[in-house]
Amino acid sequence: MPVVASSGTASWRQRTSAQQLALWCGWLALVALFVFSWQVMTKNTIWAFVSDAPRQAGDLFSRMANPQFGYLAELWWPLWETINIATLGTLLAIVLSVPIAFLAARNTTPSATILRPLALLVIVSSRSINSIIWGLLLVAIIGPGQVAGILAIMLRSVGFIGKLLYEAIEEIDQSQVEAVSATGASRWQVIDYGIVPQILPAFAGITVFRWDINIRESTVLGLVGAGGLGLKLQASLNVLAWGQVTVIFVVILATVLISEWVSAKVRHAII
Amino acid sequence: MSAASPGRRWRRPPVFIQSRAWRIGIYIGFIVYLALALGSLDINLQRIYDGAERGWRFIQGFLAPDFTRRWRDIVQGFEESLTMTVTSTVVGVLISIPIGIGAARNMAPAAVYYVCRAIVALSRAFQEIIIAILFVAMFGFGPFAGFLTLSFATIGFLAKLLAEDIEDIDEAQAEAVRATGASWLQLVNYAIQPQVMPRLIGLSLYRLDINFRESAVIGIVGAGGIGATLNTSMERYAYDTAAAIMLLIIAVVMAAEYSSSHVRKWVQ
Repeated sequence: MPVVASSGTASWRQRTSAQQLALWCGWLALVALFVFSWQVMTKNTIWAFVSDAPRQAGDLFSRMANPQFGYLAELWWPLWETINIATLGTLLAIVLSVPIAFLAARNTTPSATILRPLALLVIVSSRSINSIIWGLLLVAIIGPGQVAGILAIMLRSVGFIGKLLYEAIEEIDQSQVEAVSATGASRWQVIDYGIVPQILPAFAGITVFRWDINIRESTVLGLVGAGGLGLKLQASLNVLAWGQVTVIFVVILATVLISEWVSAKVRHAII
Repeated sequence: MSAASPGRRWRRPPVFIQSRAWRIGIYIGFIVYLALALGSLDINLQRIYDGAERGWRFIQGFLAPDFTRRWRDIVQGFEESLTMTVTSTVVGVLISIPIGIGAARNMAPAAVYYVCRAIVALSRAFQEIIIAILFVAMFGFGPFAGFLTLSFATIGFLAKLLAEDIEDIDEAQAEAVRATGASWLQLVNYAIQPQVMPRLIGLSLYRLDINFRESAVIGIVGAGGIGATLNTSMERYAYDTAAAIMLLIIAVVMAAEYSSSHVRKWVQ
């Protein structure tokens, strides 16, 4: 902590002058970046639309304010589809991500030079692309419907589950593994008795957490044609039936809240 | 684990559900659900077979991505996405700091606490893409609607985590500062801010990451950014361009993740 002597009295300061200067330059650079970005971003913005927004918002909300609850009857099947997309997608992702996680973890990978970077690449690519973009892709390839949604959820979840799981594997207590291998256990037995019991609670927690996120994402996957509630949302938006949109929003919100509650309960029970 | 006596084999105890009846019940319920769910799938094999050719073209697109033909559109899309990410993160963080303080039990009176918690809950309730639909309807197409969407989503994320962090601070320091007769603002400045700053910076960088990823998505509903370019190229069946865009998104996300983890290590 530097002490600066100015006009006879020593006063305490948190930083040296050089640190202070560097800090100010950092903030200045951030502000400059913000202003620059703002200008680039808004160069094509039509401000008339923006100033018109309060009127548009009022109009929108007045249309949304009379929900057509009769429409609810049409939503049960899409809701069932949505839940299936999330659940089956998560299950498929588990099947794929467990071997990938074992290949990616430093202490279990069979080859650190070839397979580990490959597994990490799979994890990163899967994580970088949002499930809606995977959905967009799969709808173009295998056609609209639930199957595209399930595969999209799977492709996105593999990276998520794989990453968290391989980190959990790397953090295990190595002495248990040593104890099991000291009994003369084979490689698979070491994994089965030394590693799996240690990561199982983390694994279950990760899976339920991802299932919860997947429910959230599968409600909107239909916007690109991948089945579930989103398809209905897209249909209602296309005909500007805002009263139906409100009902769909309510259903989505309720689904998300319930899945969050379930996953919190389950994780609480496990951990 | 019972001691091994002759004639009795050791069996591994179940990990989660100790009661045998419950375990079997849950297994049966799960299998019934799985059967119902798989039964309601409508797998159109003909359609998948027809799509296989397109899938193969997409894989070819990935092997030979076409960066050049639509390069100007791609640059435009990334320009919008990146600027949207920066501005929305800055604005979102600035707004979420007061809301985060207000949503911390130990800092705010009950009325403020409930208002701030309500804002957080509202922002977290819907996915970015739904918010984007509404903002596009209000503000017109383009990155401005995307900027508003991402800012709004940032508030819910950051304010919640910041509030939790403030609730977890070391109370002794706050009490020491309070004992000097500090005002509320001085308390925030000298007791709270130094304790939560490293985490706030870390969370902001993390959110910057998320905002870029989301900016690639909300373009699909018209909120500007690289998602719009990607959507257009998919609609034109220009799979080589789409592959190029996806590879660039992966590259940017990897670079952002790598650099932000370094900055976070350096800050903490």
